[in-house]
Amino acid sequence: MSFSVMKNKTYKDESKLAVEIDQLSHWFGKASTRRKVLDNISMKISTGEVVLLTGPSGCGKTTLLTLIGALRKVEEGSISVFGHQLRDSSRRTRQKLRRQIGMIFQGHNLLQCLTSEQNVQMGADLIKGLSYRSRRDQSREWLRVVGLEDHMVKLPHDLSGGQKQRVAIARALAARPKLLLADEPTSALDSVTGREVVDLLKKLALKNSCAVLMVTHDPRILDVADRVLQMEDGRLLNSTT
Amino acid sequence: MKSSFWRERRIPLAWLLLTRKPLRLLVALAGICFAGILMFMQLGFRDGLFDASVTVHKLFDTDLVLMSPRSMSSIGMSGFPRRRLIQTMAHKDVEGITAVNWNFLLWRNPETLSTRSILALGFEPNDPLLKDPDFSKKAKALTMRGRVLFDELSRDEFGPIPEWFREGRTIETEVAGKRVRVAGLVSLGPSFGADGNLITSRETFLQLLPSTPVGSIEIGLVRLKNGSDSSLVAKSLRASLPNDVMVLTRQGFIDFEKNYWKTSTSIGFIFTLGAAMGFVVGSVIVYQILYSDVSDHLPEYATLMAMGYRLKTLLGVVAREGILLAVMGYVPAYITGSGLYALVRTSTKLPIAMDPQRAVLVFILILFMCMGSALLAMRRLVDADPAEIF
Repeated sequence: MSFSVMKNKTYKDESKLAVEIDQLSHWFGKASTRRKVLDNISMKISTGEVVLLTGPSGCGKTTLLTLIGALRKVEEGSISVFGHQLRDSSRRTRQKLRRQIGMIFQGHNLLQCLTSEQNVQMGADLIKGLSYRSRRDQSREWLRVVGLEDHMVKLPHDLSGGQKQRVAIARALAARPKLLLADEPTSALDSVTGREVVDLLKKLALKNSCAVLMVTHDPRILDVADRVLQMEDGRLLNSTT
Repeated sequence: MKSSFWRERRIPLAWLLLTRKPLRLLVALAGICFAGILMFMQLGFRDGLFDASVTVHKLFDTDLVLMSPRSMSSIGMSGFPRRRLIQTMAHKDVEGITAVNWNFLLWRNPETLSTRSILALGFEPNDPLLKDPDFSKKAKALTMRGRVLFDELSRDEFGPIPEWFREGRTIETEVAGKRVRVAGLVSLGPSFGADGNLITSRETFLQLLPSTPVGSIEIGLVRLKNGSDSSLVAKSLRASLPNDVMVLTRQGFIDFEKNYWKTSTSIGFIFTLGAAMGFVVGSVIVYQILYSDVSDHLPEYATLMAMGYRLKTLLGVVAREGILLAVMGYVPAYITGSGLYALVRTSTKLPIAMDPQRAVLVFILILFMCMGSALLAMRRLVDADPAEIF
């Protein structure tokens, strides 16, 4: 099925579609070292849906995430995010689209020179038309939501791993994303904190009608998902609801 | 305007990135400050040299100056016939003239008895010489043979003449092996060519330097009537006088001297090169600091790119870091430079001071240095791949 046909067929529900991937393949390396890392992937994610992506290390989960996150160029097949086709898209288009996508990184990637509040405000600063005060107030509100109201002026090195991850979540959500991509957000957390973080993510995603795609190895959090996708050797194996 | 500022206000990321490691910031500022001081001193010495070379030139009460074409500069004056100066009186616009002998003689320090070269000017005491209105009164004392006026701004190596004179002591010493008495003090100022100056009558001058032909002078000062155009009169005199004399306007006389130091010596080149070295050293320091700063924060910049920040915005952060470094490094360089100028002025009596033009020039050079380095460091940022942070 070609992408255009599929697009026509799902036209009525398209307003609810966050991500639509069709026959996506991707390679790393050049010439003799060229290796296929994604093979003919097709999938859809709707708004408000929480999807978990699992699979062994090196199967292509993170590559898929970076492609959806408009961080890499699409080589073969197509990815449409909120109706924007990423294949052959310009750097500027991908950059603009990234503003609608919240990303939570495995290593938090907080700016070390900024306090929790300032880190979150870096996300809120991406929203146009808001005053400095309202962006700051929103950042404080998000920190309250993730339970860090007492840690607003702390620098990242003064926070625990779980607290850093919460700041990263607050930062991602402060930009009011329509799609949230999380790469193993619980890998550095203990089971209790990991569970709290994932529950929080789901709650906030639902509240804000935000689609969530989460890469994880953690079997303890599979129950939060609306759907679990399994990958192996660059292929999407099956989908469990 | 105000509301727009508050709306557009952002977290001062450049400032926070710079101040995150205070020690590294201090090293960077010390480097920029050092480069700034180096540039201030080198440019200050260069300009001071050129200004100092015309300290006496600026004080002459004259509109035109006659010199020998063989004269190189104040340290290499040749004589020309005095009658050429008298001939200028025939011009309708010439009001008066002053013949000046100019040479370096050996002054004996009356305290230590050591000798040192001093610039001696000889003129007719009844003729105007300097623009200082009090000078004509002092000059009357020179009508007695063997009397000199000593430059109180001369270097201390000539002896404590001003102090002794103010104490009312009679100061007698030797100039060119002949006895002279200090009859008064004048304020001229030393130059690169002369550490000290004295003024005496032509009669005494010829007595001190008997080898000077009586009819020969080194400088001829020509004062014009009010409303005369000095350039036109100079042109006219050049046409009427033989070519054994050179006619310069007052400014031309000053430029002639400055031009000697600029072109005939390597001093100007050396000081400009010194300033250029300061610029290069500063650039290397700032580049290394900014490059390592960008490299250290590359994952953070990549994170911001992944969040949707434009590359242009992040390049702006690096540019602001460059501006901040320039401003923060310039301020101590300016203060230290001013202090060092005062020190040099006091110890060498050279006319070296912080002037607005040089202050702006050094700031522009520091800004250029920091922004150039920031521009090079930005190449590292352009290579940042947001996909790599996953």
